Amino acid sequence: MDIGRDRLDMLMQLMALEFTAVEWNLYLDTHPYDQEALALHNENIEALNCVKDAYEMNFGPITHEVASPCPWQWIQDPWPWEIDYKRGL
Amino acid sequence: MWIYEKKLQYPAWVEGCDLKIAKLLFAQYGGPDSELSAGLRYLSQRYSMPIPEAKAVLTDIGTEELAHWEIIATLIYKIIDNATPEELVRAGMGPNYVQHGRDVYPADAAGVPWTASYIQAIEDPIANLHEDLAAEQKARTVYEHLIQCTNDRGVIATLSFLREREIVHFQRFGETLRLVQEYLDRKKCY
Ligand SMILES: [Fe+2]
Repeated sequence: MDIGRDRLDMLMQLMALEFTAVEWNLYLDTHPYDQEALALHNENIEALNCVKDAYEMNFGPITHEVASPCPWQWIQDPWPWEIDYKRGL
Repeated sequence: MWIYEKKLQYPAWVEGCDLKIAKLLFAQYGGPDSELSAGLRYLSQRYSMPIPEAKAVLTDIGTEELAHWEIIATLIYKIIDNATPEELVRAGMGPNYVQHGRDVYPADAAGVPWTASYIQAIEDPIANLHEDLAAEQKARTVYEHLIQCTNDRGVIATLSFLREREIVHFQRFGETLRLVQEYLDRKKCY
């Protein structure tokens, strides 16, 4: 499903930041005292929260833990496996 | 607990409809060295880990494997979604179509259903972590075999991402093994 350029751009940005968060998560699990890594992790989380808020405000929830107008927004298509990401690459 | 995020970890995409690779991708979906095996193995082993770093690594990598499992399913779904039954039969996916339709059922590339006998959890953290290191290497090899079997640039890009993750996981498990070993050695001294 084609979700349009604006939404896809922001989704890809969010996915990149979330992936960076996963990388820092695993690295910090085995290097919990690495201050430089912690600073970079904290920086990334700030950017991530910013983009996530903007995405959810504009395009719909990433998790069910957001307030929703009627009808319940969570069930809206497309689901992640239905999105056509080709345009973003 | 877990909470679903309505996004993929990687923008899984396919260029065309390489049905032959769709069939082979089941190796990583429900095969012995699949993402499913990896996820359930790590999440089963975490309870007896002796140090916080190891509990975290098994929880977090186990969780990431489930995200990879979803990426593999997405590739398969995108390839077979528009295929006709005749096309599926011609690509060797007839049995899968007859038994499961276009649903992504956890079986391997030959149609053998996933089984917990593929994995082990034996309380000994050193033994468990060695199994995990081997699992990451085997999964990397399966990805290399899969990449050799298709020309679809989207499938290759997606599989290359997943292959790199196996290398990162191997690195983190290696560090975890060293930390657990140091902890056990310290314990022996006192
Ligand atoms: Fe892995």
